[in-house]
Order: sequence, then C-alpha cells, then structure tokens
Amino acid sequence: MSSKTKIDLLLTGVGGQGNILASDIIGEVALAAGYDIKKTDTLGMAQRGGSVVSHVRIAEKVYAPLIKEGEVDFLLAFEKLESIRWASYLRPSGVAIINNYAVPPLSVNLGVEKYPTDAEVMQVLKQRSERIYMVSGTLRATELGNVKTLNIFMLGCVSVFLPFKIEAWQEAITKHLPEKLWKLNMTAFESGRKEIENVHV
Amino acid sequence: MKKLLSGNEALALGAYHAGVKFATAYPGTPSTEIMEAIARYKDIYAEWSTNEKVAVEVAMGACYAGARALVSMKQVGLNVAADPFLAVATTGVNAGLVLISADDPGIHSSQGEQDNRHYAELAKVPILEPTDSQTAYDLMAYAFEISEQFDTPVMLRTTTRISHSKSIVEVKETRTESTRKIAFAPNMQKYVMLPINARIRHPLMEERMVKLAAYGETFTFNKIEMGERQLGIIATGISYQYAREVFPKASFLKLGMTYPLPEKLIREFASKVDRILVVEELDPFIEEHIKVMGIKVEGKQYIPRTGELNSDIIESAGRKMGLIKAAAAQEKPPVGIELAKRPPLLCPGCPHTGFFYVLAGMGQRLKLPGAKDRTIKESNMVIAGDIGCYTLGAYPPLNAMDTNGCMGSSIGTAIGMEKAGLSAKIVAVIGDSTFLHSGITPLVDAVYNQSKITVVILDNSTTAMTGHQEHPGTGVSAQGETVGKVVLEDVVRGVGVKNVTVVDSFKIKEIRTALKTAMDLRELSVVIVRGACVVQVPKHGEIRVVNTEKCNQCGICLLIGCSAIQTTGKKPIIDIGMCTGCTVCEQICPKGAIGPVSRTKTEAQN
Repeated sequence: MSSKTKIDLLLTGVGGQGNILASDIIGEVALAAGYDIKKTDTLGMAQRGGSVVSHVRIAEKVYAPLIKEGEVDFLLAFEKLESIRWASYLRPSGVAIINNYAVPPLSVNLGVEKYPTDAEVMQVLKQRSERIYMVSGTLRATELGNVKTLNIFMLGCVSVFLPFKIEAWQEAITKHLPEKLWKLNMTAFESGRKEIENVHV
Repeated sequence: MKKLLSGNEALALGAYHAGVKFATAYPGTPSTEIMEAIARYKDIYAEWSTNEKVAVEVAMGACYAGARALVSMKQVGLNVAADPFLAVATTGVNAGLVLISADDPGIHSSQGEQDNRHYAELAKVPILEPTDSQTAYDLMAYAFEISEQFDTPVMLRTTTRISHSKSIVEVKETRTESTRKIAFAPNMQKYVMLPINARIRHPLMEERMVKLAAYGETFTFNKIEMGERQLGIIATGISYQYAREVFPKASFLKLGMTYPLPEKLIREFASKVDRILVVEELDPFIEEHIKVMGIKVEGKQYIPRTGELNSDIIESAGRKMGLIKAAAAQEKPPVGIELAKRPPLLCPGCPHTGFFYVLAGMGQRLKLPGAKDRTIKESNMVIAGDIGCYTLGAYPPLNAMDTNGCMGSSIGTAIGMEKAGLSAKIVAVIGDSTFLHSGITPLVDAVYNQSKITVVILDNSTTAMTGHQEHPGTGVSAQGETVGKVVLEDVVRGVGVKNVTVVDSFKIKEIRTALKTAMDLRELSVVIVRGACVVQVPKHGEIRVVNTEKCNQCGICLLIGCSAIQTTGKKPIIDIGMCTGCTVCEQICPKGAIGPVSRTKTEAQN
C-alpha cells in the first residue's frame, strides 16, 4: 500500500438530519479505496433533536476514533449554528462546507438565547480558514422533492475534494439506501458536486 | 473478509461465530445494537428480556442447560442484574456465559458514570476489554472458551466509544458449532446455593482467580509492544488508541484481560522501561491493582478520573509529566459569541408533549416567553420522573419533572414523598417499557401500603429512547415474531389499583380531565396516556399553520416546547418540514389561530 495522506472529517448537525448515514457512506468509500478507517457517532438520548457530531478518520493507519482539536481537514456542517460550535476543530486552511440553513434551538424560540447572524458565523469560521463554502443544501434537497436527500447532497459537495472515484461513492450510496431512492439520491449527489463549484465564500 | 463494523456489531458477530446459541438483553445505550444485530440470526434464540436481572437469569438457565449464552446491557443495567450476576459467578456455568457490560464514560446517555470493572472484582470473574472492533470480534471467541475452561461467567467490558465507533474487522466466514449437548445434570453442590454449598463454592472461586491470573500471563491479548524504553504505557480499551496516537514511540503493555492481572508480565514490562504510565478511563482500576503488587506506576495524578478520554487529554497529561514539550500552544481563536445551546428535545409530534403541557399547567410551571422570573417556586405538585425520552420533559419550557434517579424509581419515590407527609399532589411519571422493567413492584407497594399518589404511564408502545425496541407490552419479540402481549391496564388492575383510566395522548381536554379527576380522588390512581411514538408513526394529519391575522403573539404555543414552532420573526411560524400534524398546538391556541394548511388557505381566499 502506498503512503496515504490522512483525511479527518467532522460532520455536525442536528439529530435527525442524516449525519450518521453520511458518515457511514464515507467510511465505506474509504474502505473500498484500501484505507484504514475509524468513525464514531452520537447515538442514544443525545440524538433527539440535539447537537450531533460524527468523526470520520481515514489514513494508512488510524488509532483514535476521535479527531484532535484543530486537526479537522473537512468540516461538513448540516446546520449553521452547529458549524461554529465545532469551528475550533478545523485545522488552519481546512475546508468547511456549511449548509445555509438554520434550525433555531428551543432556547432561541423562547427568547432566552440568540441565534448567530450570518456575519457572526462567517467571522468565526474565517478565524480558522479562508476555505469556507456556504451551500444551499436544504433548499436543493427540498427542490428535489425530498429534504432527506440533504446528507447525500453534502457528500456530493465534499466528494469534489476527496481522492475517491465517483463509482465508489455511487456503490456505497446504493449499498446504504433502498433501490427506490437510488435515482433521487444520485441526483442529489451530482447536485452537491455542481454546487461546490459556485459557492466559495 | 474485511467489514466496517461498529464495536457492537463486531461483538454480536464474534459471539455468533463463537457458537453462541442464546442471547438476552434489555435495551440501553450504548449496548442496544448488540442484541439488534444478534437477533437477526434465526438459528439462535434471542430475546429482549423484561429487565437486566431477568436477562441474566434467563441466560444463566440457558448456560446451565448447555447453551452458550450471551447477555448484554448498559452499565447501570448491571446494578439491576447484580444479584443474579453474583449468583452465577458463585455457581459457575455449564456452557459458556458471557456478560457484556457497556460502560458510558462521559455520560453520553446515562444517569451516571460508573466503572463496572468493580463488579467483576466483586463477583470474582475475569474481565476482557476490547480496543477496537477487531479485538471486540476476536475476544468474543476467547470469552466463551475462558468461561467454559474456568467454570465462570466472563465480563466483557466495552464503552460507548468502542461500541459506537466503526473500524475494519477481518472476519472469519464460519460459525463454530458447539459439540456440547443441551442437557442438565443435576448437581446440588454446584447449582443449589444453600449456605453449605456456597461455602464450598467460595474457595473454588478464589482458586479460579489464581488460575485465571496464570492464564493471563500468556494470553494472546496481553501483549508487550516494545518501543523506546524511556516511557512504558499500560493501557486497555479505547485509552490504548489515544495513548498510541499521542506517544507513537513509547513501549506498550496492551491488556486484553484487565482482571485478574498478569503480574509476571507486568514485572517484565516494568523491568524494560524507565517510567510507567497507566492510561485508563474512569477509576484507577488497573493502576491500583498494580500498585498493590509493589510496582511503581503513575496514572490518575495525570489522567482524569471523570469523563471520557481523548487524544487532547492524553497529550495534556504528557505535557504535565514533562514527556511532551509544551509546544507553543496552538492558537485557538475565540469564538467571540455566546453559542445557543442545543440539548436533546422531545420530537415534534411526540405523544408526551401534550401530557407534559397539561401537567406543567396544573403544577403552575409554565412561564411565558419574556417572563422575568423563570424560577419554579414551590409547587402544589411534585412530579417524580423516570428514565426514557420523557425525562426530557424536565427541560424548559415544560419544567415538568422534579426527580429522576434510576429505572422504575418514580413510583417508589412518589410513595416515599407522600408517606413523609408532603402536602402537594404527587405524581409519578413512567414510560411503558420502564414500567414493565421495574415499575410493577413499586406499584404493588403502593397498593399494599395504601398510597394516594397518581401514577401516569406514558405508553408509546415502544422502547423509544434507545431506538424503538420491542418489549412485553408490544407483543412482538426481538426476532420479529408475534408473541405474548402484556396489557398495561390489566397488570395495573390485576395488582389491585381501582382507579384506572386510559386516554389518548393527542387529546388535550381528555388528558386534563383524566388527570384532574385522578388527582382529586386523593387515593391511588393510574392514568395511562397512550399514543404512538412519532418516529414510528411520523404523520398524524395535515400540517398545521399559523394564521398571522388571528395570532396575537401570546406565546402560549411556544410553551409546549415543539421545535417545529419557531420565532425567528415576531410571530411564530410552523416549520412545514418538521410539523407532523399532531394538533397539540392547535388545541391550546386561545385565539384559534392555528389550523390545517388547507383550511387556512380557504380562509385566506375568502
């Protein structure tokens, strides 16, 4: 096996947005490409609408399943507030792909806490890296007729930066989804790939 | 063949390939997926047991009868099952018995943090600890062999991070079929723990530990990995991985069996390195046992006793020990803004929401948005809660829970508060699965001791929090078959409760009437609030919308804590992607401003 550069990905969002499936698919793609992988998710009580995070580590040899702070190569945030909750994990000049979508926490609805403005979100992320991509994932997934395709759309976005073949992504997606959803999700994946070309902030 | 498996999937597959014939469990994070995975094999018997105590007892019977048996539970499950666990540790086994204890360092989803290795020491049984999915898979075969060879149950201790991390596993394709026959040879001295027999068993248990310690000296998974001699690390479980990452050049003694410990091997390791650091999560279990041997090691003065470890924590310990140069601390940019917290919540459309809203209202706990004083004063009602999704009713805005300790404790706690003389109305709130797990015996206590509490059973017909497992009240088995169904109201009436009502969890007025009637009785009453979990029945009806002309921003709809109702602007809006059409908000809106999307459109056209 030739030497393989390490790739650490952090997927964040709100419980129910499909983070775990997305991180499973990345793991399968990396396995097929001959990498070592460790990945870890939030399960149980915490997932009920709470802040969730998945760590995916890919390299020639991986020991710890949790990524160290400041070493994330790719931050994939399914929700804006959750992107900055984990911003300190992003390494300098790492890539952040943020779904331009807000799910205000209950405390915000009740007027106890504030949701950050877009400017604040960008300010926090830009302290870490200039490579910020704000994508309209929820909008595109809704346009496709199924908001649940957001996770596959996000995979499409990050796939542009990763050294894996398109066919491997397609195979992993079909492995994890029922056949009736294949076509829709392939479209979502392609849509993510296209989106990333136009949205560098 | 290489597979990407979670620790729990690897444990299940490892047990299956090791010839397990029998599996029992009660759901509990982070252990649940072990049973979910193993129940798929139709050539073994697998059951969700009523609780962990029953799970161990059933598995104990199976192993006595000659079937290799696996029982899995979360760490606090072993508190419930401690009695039979110590019993089978005393009798020993016939076919192998492996108990998986899934500990939860960091308290991701538990009521407390505890290191269950102490139970194995108490019971005098060996502990195996995997470091990743591969060792989880491999250790399972050894666990059954050790159990049979040494006539002991074996504890396999996993943790949340091992159980819920996926890594690559090289799996063998075949299942080892046990040659052991299903048969029971009566042996009173071994299986009937009268004092006279237990006195014979105890010395045998002590002997067994001596033999196991000798076995550990050459056990494949107790291994020295020599690197530089300046630093030697003794580690197990996930801690080994963090230490390996932070100290790539150090020497390691990696322990797969952490009790009893291999003293000679540890002495050999100690003689080869200058300084030893023990890295383990939670209690200094290995560390203290090694110190008793008179070997100098360091550990908990640098490694925290609480919470989950990670590479950052180990690195900082390395700095404190002077092993890692205090490199220019990495610039951590200030976030600069206070981030809104996002704790877990009841889902939109949750059948518990309406009930908690009514209860919180009756107990004067609801505070409108903008209310200055948000503290809850001494209430006319005390709500003893229990364990499940509904524990989330404790959060604002519902504030509808005052106590929560352990499975089934709501009813007993409520009885105690009443008998101690509290004048407030006392309500116990418990879920269906939790009630069947350990709510029945305290309810019997309430009948017997003439308690006047009101018990509410929130029946969503599933074990929701752990991911929707079946239980005795659903009438479906772990393996998907239609089986006996325990009807809650029959149980309640059967133990002698006279005042029993069943209401629909989505009908606010009915719930209010039932609760008021029950509490005004001032004698023991049970109200069963029944409605399907929204994750299983995701759409109730048409999506609801707010008519902005009728809405006067009173804020009452926000008090149910539904995350589908949002107020980014001034007036509340309902997120169409999240609304399930449960109508709870519509039923409580004093202005009639919330309705189905179709009617509101018609009104708009008129």
